[in-house]
Amino acid sequence: MNTMNTTVTKEAAMPDETPVPVQEERPAETIIQEGATVGTPFADDPKFKLRNVEVFYGQDRAIKNISLDIARNEVIAFIGPSGCGKSTFLRCLNRMNDSIDICRVKGDLHLDDENIYDPKRDVVELRARVGMVFQKPNPFPKSIYDNVAYGPRIHGLANRKSDLDDIVENSLRKAGLWEEAKDRLDATATGMSGGQQQRLCIARAIAVSPEVILMDEPCSALDPIATAKVEELIAEMSESYTIVIVTHSMQQAARVSHRTAYFHLGHLVEVNETNKVFTAPEHELTESYITGRFG
Amino acid sequence: MQAANLFLVTIVLALVAYVLGYARSRSLATPLGGIRHLKSLPFYYGARAALWCGIPALIVLGLWAAFQGKVIQLLVVGSLPAEMIPDSEGAASLLLSKISNVASGALPPGFAEPPIVEAAERLTALRAQSRWYMTALVVAVAVLAGFLGWIRIQPRLNARAQVEKTLKWIFFACAALAILTTLGIIFSVAFETIRFFGKISFVEFFFGTQWSPQTALRADQVAAEGAFGMVPLFTGTLLISAIAMLVAVPVGLLSAIYLSEYASRRVRGIVKPLLELLAGIPTVVYGFFAALTVAPFISNFAASLGIDASSQSALAAGGVMGIMIIPFVSSLSDDVINAVPQTLRDGSLALGATQSETMKKVIFPAALPGIMGGILLAVSRAIGETMIVVMAAGLAANLTANPLESVTTVTVQIVTLLTGDQEFDSAKTLAAFALGAMLFLATLALNVLALHIVRKYREQYE
Repeated sequence: MNTMNTTVTKEAAMPDETPVPVQEERPAETIIQEGATVGTPFADDPKFKLRNVEVFYGQDRAIKNISLDIARNEVIAFIGPSGCGKSTFLRCLNRMNDSIDICRVKGDLHLDDENIYDPKRDVVELRARVGMVFQKPNPFPKSIYDNVAYGPRIHGLANRKSDLDDIVENSLRKAGLWEEAKDRLDATATGMSGGQQQRLCIARAIAVSPEVILMDEPCSALDPIATAKVEELIAEMSESYTIVIVTHSMQQAARVSHRTAYFHLGHLVEVNETNKVFTAPEHELTESYITGRFG
Repeated sequence: MQAANLFLVTIVLALVAYVLGYARSRSLATPLGGIRHLKSLPFYYGARAALWCGIPALIVLGLWAAFQGKVIQLLVVGSLPAEMIPDSEGAASLLLSKISNVASGALPPGFAEPPIVEAAERLTALRAQSRWYMTALVVAVAVLAGFLGWIRIQPRLNARAQVEKTLKWIFFACAALAILTTLGIIFSVAFETIRFFGKISFVEFFFGTQWSPQTALRADQVAAEGAFGMVPLFTGTLLISAIAMLVAVPVGLLSAIYLSEYASRRVRGIVKPLLELLAGIPTVVYGFFAALTVAPFISNFAASLGIDASSQSALAAGGVMGIMIIPFVSSLSDDVINAVPQTLRDGSLALGATQSETMKKVIFPAALPGIMGGILLAVSRAIGETMIVVMAAGLAANLTANPLESVTTVTVQIVTLLTGDQEFDSAKTLAAFALGAMLFLATLALNVLALHIVRKYREQYE
């Protein structure tokens, strides 16, 4: 630590992610080669095939030439310091960036060989297949039942009331919330605890039978016990869903994910088996981050 | 000196006291080694001296100005010869206005009896005297109190706490002034309303379906027996308000939804101020727009369809009023819709809902209580609106639900009853106060309801 170098990205990525100065031995730009990700970013027959992805907020390049495959039924964790672009990248996968006027996405993004950013593509269908759970639990101010039934109703998944009841029950069961919620399905969801609310949001996402679930720091607003429950749930869900999780907790990434991707200043620095990332990282920036030298 | 000039003089004296107090605190601090040895900053010592100087003087000034007229009157009347002292309240005020007319030169002295001319001279003299006393007293109080405040400045004195405490009371007085004004309005309306109900029965007023307040002014005058049933007026008000809300609620609400959910930031930046401009147009301009453009258009259009329409119609007045109210609904709704957390939008969109489904099923229900509050405030605005209806709705108190007919409203009748010559002991004039009281109660109830709903909504996201 002889020279102190502060590198501040002007990335306007997520409003809740303020860029922090990064301290390291050499400026990150000189270590990172654009588009050159170490490790195993590619997979055979991937669920998502993402090539040369770039995201701009106005003039700022928030994601710099990232290529990555996400395999079927894997749990992949995105880690990295605040403002590194991991949430922005996650939001490309179900086009949640669309609602931000100044955001532009370039590159080839495919879900099962279908172009995600095809102008003719129906985002409604895409988002029905790629569900999302947010950082802060955001149940609608409706009853527990109506929260879970919201998706199935708009997609017309149930013809009869009894079908809808089944979907609601199954989703709540899968989210591990059925026992707690079955007697108060008509109670308003905002009255539940934070952990219950987050599991309700997971149930709500499951209810439309998605293939992929994106999780944007799903446990950052939860206490340790609620976090443990959600992590347990992620492990169970990985049997039937592809899960992409952004997390600030390296322990969480280590506990729940199969592969881990390390982001830095909009670059994808390293992708490897989670075990390997946390025991023998290939890239020196990854090592600095997981050993806590910055981030 | 006039009270207004004296007020300015007091302010100047207070400023002088401020400067002197500031200077004294600094000079006291210098031997101690700087202003950090003072208990408060020099500003507070100056402000304290200014308050000492200004407040007692202004209180004296206010009291003097408030009571001098009454005291001088008593002195003047008391000096009149015994046979001229008036026996009734009415005669007294007549006599006093005659005296002051002579004093001001409006009535030449030759037209008044000698005792009155004498009294007028005495009035002029007393007024001049009073002004001198007032000037002397106020300046004396200001200087003396200011000096006391100045001399008592000590480094150990906590001027800051005193100034803060005084400021708190000054702010309280300002707030109290607004409340007292409201109370004053309520009382002035209430007393006249009670007098009205002394002449006309409750039953006739609340349930009568006839409104024709033209009563005989003199006993021998040939005139209709006045009828004071407020039902046609309130139905007229309700009809016009309903038409206005039919225009304002859909247009306002949908434009709020457009502005908050669909419009780009640039479009929103242009459209929102333009829409709010509608609220800035004087109602009298809306009034002649309604009377000269919209009403003839409606009556011609109805005539071309073979429908009989009055040239002054509830539809014209209500429609234009609705346009005026659009910004109330749209602005309040826009605020409420924007207050719905973005996370709810994201949650719904991420489930594959379209923007309009999100609006309909998540945002709108969440914002509904606040929107209702906004609409109720707009209704109370519509009920109280006067100018447009005066100009476009007509004066005929028809009990009708046909929007093409001419109707009249509570506010219009108040205006017609209280413009021109009035006498305050006839039921005709007093009826205006009774109507005003009813209007006040109705809008008050709506406002309370609206505030209640809005407050209930606020708790939801905190």
